[in-house]
Amino acid sequence: MNSPILQTTTRLMLPLLLMFSVIVLLRGHNEPGGGFIGGLIAASGLALHAMAFNPRETLALLHVNLETLLGVGLAMALLSGLIPLAMGEPFLQAMWHEFDIPLLGKLKVGTPLLFDVGVYIVVASITMIMVLTLAEE
Amino acid sequence: MSALIVSPVLVPFVAAILCLLTRRSRRIQRVTNLVGAVALALCGGGLVALVTTSGVQSVQIGGWDAPVGVSFVVDRLSAGMVLITGIVALAIALYSVPMIDKRRELFGYYAMVNTLLMGVCGAFLTGDIFNLYVWFEVMLMSSFVLLALGGERPQLEGSIKYVTLNLLSSAIFLSAIGILYGLVGTLNMADLAVRVVQLDDSAKGMVSTLAVMFLVAFGIKAGVFPLFFWLPASYHTPPAPISALFAALLTKVGLYVILRVFTLIFVLDVPTTHTLILAAAGSSLIVGGLGAIAQNVLRRQLSFLIISSIGFALIGPGLMIGLGDRAYVDASAEVQAVVLLGLAGSIFYLFHTVLVKASLFILAGSIERWKGTDEIGRLGGLALERPWLSVMWAIAAFSLAGVPPLSGVFPKLALIGASFRGEHYGIAIVALVCSVLVLYAIARVWLEVFWKPSPDGEGGASERSRATASPAPAIVLSILIVAMGLGAGPVFSYCREAALGLLDPSDYIERVGVLDPGLDETEAQP
Repeated sequence: MNSPILQTTTRLMLPLLLMFSVIVLLRGHNEPGGGFIGGLIAASGLALHAMAFNPRETLALLHVNLETLLGVGLAMALLSGLIPLAMGEPFLQAMWHEFDIPLLGKLKVGTPLLFDVGVYIVVASITMIMVLTLAEE
Repeated sequence: MSALIVSPVLVPFVAAILCLLTRRSRRIQRVTNLVGAVALALCGGGLVALVTTSGVQSVQIGGWDAPVGVSFVVDRLSAGMVLITGIVALAIALYSVPMIDKRRELFGYYAMVNTLLMGVCGAFLTGDIFNLYVWFEVMLMSSFVLLALGGERPQLEGSIKYVTLNLLSSAIFLSAIGILYGLVGTLNMADLAVRVVQLDDSAKGMVSTLAVMFLVAFGIKAGVFPLFFWLPASYHTPPAPISALFAALLTKVGLYVILRVFTLIFVLDVPTTHTLILAAAGSSLIVGGLGAIAQNVLRRQLSFLIISSIGFALIGPGLMIGLGDRAYVDASAEVQAVVLLGLAGSIFYLFHTVLVKASLFILAGSIERWKGTDEIGRLGGLALERPWLSVMWAIAAFSLAGVPPLSGVFPKLALIGASFRGEHYGIAIVALVCSVLVLYAIARVWLEVFWKPSPDGEGGASERSRATASPAPAIVLSILIVAMGLGAGPVFSYCREAALGLLDPSDYIERVGVLDPGLDETEAQP
């Protein structure tokens, strides 16, 4: 497809969709959202790019191999389970740590965030692998 | 200890991730896969040691106590299955190196084998019925990819049947879980066992219906008659290591689950549900035996032998009809002895058949590489050409036929003996007839493939194909088959304990940590 309207919109939409996907990812633990849906939103942005331009340009945009990204995502999700195991807690036990950041208040970071980021990466990369494979046909 | 119980899932997962990250290098993937398989076997050994010394163990994933969270439970049955899975994984890992072509290796074969193992081990260890569904899906997704990987014409044809039937089975399984949850309000299997008994009578009738739905779902996965036809249609199509892996493990997961849920949860209406199991066992025995005689392609014949062995392993739970309406602990001593002997025989048979089927499919793959064909009529002369392969084939095949002192005779003896003692003469006679059919099928292969002079002279396969035809990976399996036969005493007493744990699940329920409904909740809180 070679439509200037779609291409222009995509240039504006892609950063917005990616930012939105991260917001959905981060609010996910206590509110609707999370890694899975965030990953899908990110993938939909990238799929739009692949449709408006062409799959090869989307791959060039990403700089990383999608299969490697998939492995990294899986490894992050696994790591979030292994950290509590190493501390003598059950596998996948949620562990939290609070950081005091001056002026901004408290930041609570835990293994569920790591897990969700892992899921985000896995979902985004596997969806892109599927979309790009089908686009090549 | 908590780490050991989840390790059979984590080890293949780590191996799969590493294989995915190093997918450009065949050598690193092969080594990772091999190390992963060795580690899995060691974890299995560790679990067996753990349960024999300190009984059933459980761990609550994520620190959410049962029945809210997902429990992982290991008892003698699941520990034994994990150990055997590890051993088979090791044999397949060695066998994959010469047998899997470069294209498949670079396209994620090793990662998929490991996710399959992860699904299989997860299904053995989980104590939550929805989580069981998830592990089944992990296993099935990987098996879909492995079956279709390479995209050869017969492979795709087999895959379509396999995928369709398994999706149907998953749909039935998932609906049954949904209804069960709506009815009982819990998914933890130990908690289900406690609560199902307390339901009122109309709800109990519903549970019997659900039990049949579960039986159909697991029956499709286990390949019992009349739900087996996807199996001989697909198992001979992929490369030999993949079909060996499938033949050894996939149907056995279905069997394992039948053993688990039809002793733990669905024991309300034993006369109905377990009679169905016994009928399925009998018809699988006959169909498997007759099918094996009719086939002229080696791996297709072995596929039918899988079905007959599924029939054998189902006799044990089928014999539970002797209990009638009573629970095992309330039954008379004679009935208890029959049921225990039958179930112990089934568990022994399950362990034995995994090793035998892996071994036979590995050897069949080697024969095909050596001769360039696996049509029984065109093979011949292997006893002289490949004496070691022939010896290993003889060990596995005659163990399957039940020739003493190999591993197959003891569980068969226990199952047929229990059927006679329980006065279930029908199934006993069917099992004997099937044994003769299996013996005939195996003897025919032995005469045709190994003793008959080769019809094509020195065979048609190229030198290059022959170089990869080593049967060496099956050595471990052959040794274990002989060892299980010679050391049948300790193995059988282990299986007896495992069967006892299934029949009297009070220890299992207690160790999962489900609250005792007799106690006030505040008292029971630690």
